[in-house]
Amino acid sequence: MTRGARTALFLVAAAVLGPLLWNVFHDIPAFGQIQHLYRDLAVRASLEQSTANVVSSINFDQRALDTLGEESIFVASVTGVMILLRPDSQERRYLPPASGAVLEAVRLVGYLMLPVTLVLGAETVAHGHLTPGGGFQGGVVLATGLHVLYVSGTYQALDRLRPIGSLDIGEAVGAAAFGGMGVAGMAVGGAFLFNLLPKGTLGNLFSAGTVPLLNVAVGFEIGCGMVVLLAQFLAQEITIAKKGRPE
Amino acid sequence: MSVYAYCVAGWVLLIGSFGIVRSRNLIQTVVCFSVAQSGTYLLLLAVGYERGGVPPIFSGPGTPAPKHVVDPVVQAMTLTDIVVSATVTALLLSLAIQIHKRTGTLDPDQLRALKG
Repeated sequence: MTRGARTALFLVAAAVLGPLLWNVFHDIPAFGQIQHLYRDLAVRASLEQSTANVVSSINFDQRALDTLGEESIFVASVTGVMILLRPDSQERRYLPPASGAVLEAVRLVGYLMLPVTLVLGAETVAHGHLTPGGGFQGGVVLATGLHVLYVSGTYQALDRLRPIGSLDIGEAVGAAAFGGMGVAGMAVGGAFLFNLLPKGTLGNLFSAGTVPLLNVAVGFEIGCGMVVLLAQFLAQEITIAKKGRPE
Repeated sequence: MSVYAYCVAGWVLLIGSFGIVRSRNLIQTVVCFSVAQSGTYLLLLAVGYERGGVPPIFSGPGTPAPKHVVDPVVQAMTLTDIVVSATVTALLLSLAIQIHKRTGTLDPDQLRALKG
């Protein structure tokens, strides 16, 4: 199909979809209105479970099963990317020579920021039930924090700090821990992912029952998985070359 | 008047789709796909918004009244949405890399026939 035909097809489809959306937008609850039935129910359930961050309570307690599916999608996607980007028979791996093209000042900032970013990531995971954040967000901060080493230093330094094989296992362990806690909930409370721990006091670090534990499991899984994922893309650019091509 | 907030979501969806249709580079196609998907975040968050509402966090100083927070259910759905969007983007980008390796081009119009 030519570009012109594609565009024409799009314009016809948009001319149909646009008015339909306009009609729907008139019938859904008005923007900014005060009746939120699900909000009232979710907030009440969250406060009963002593979870200060209602979004975390929904993700890791009220509909934790959906989050299990969500992290399974992530595991599947990382696996898919690894399969798609593996070096084929025409390619080979090599280690690029270390280049000293980074400014000393950039390197210093990098080494200072690395621990700060990692602590920030761990904090985001650990306080996911109290403040905005949680396993998904904190895991991404942890994984990208590690890549400060690549920006400020060398690929070798990054390569030494991230054993891909172990991180791959770490991702699976995180996912399995989530499922394991679900089975434990079934054994104790009779429901998959039942919140079986004492709930504590609202706003304390040790509150909300299993929510912080599930957050840590997801944070671990996402952190490991994200590093593995980014490593596949970095390897395409840096360490994989066609056979016979000079390095 | 309030319908225009939702129209922004519809606009982002349509303009992202338009970008996919007109794209000359598969990387750009993937980015346009992300833009189109962002429309769903906007729609979800707009549905859950309450005028004058505050974040649904009940800790620290200034704990809000339970009736004056924005809807946390759609926010949790948006989080799921973002995670799914990120994984789909990663898969599509790796497909784009494979296509470039095999055909030497990223222009969707140059990819004529299916190859076995």
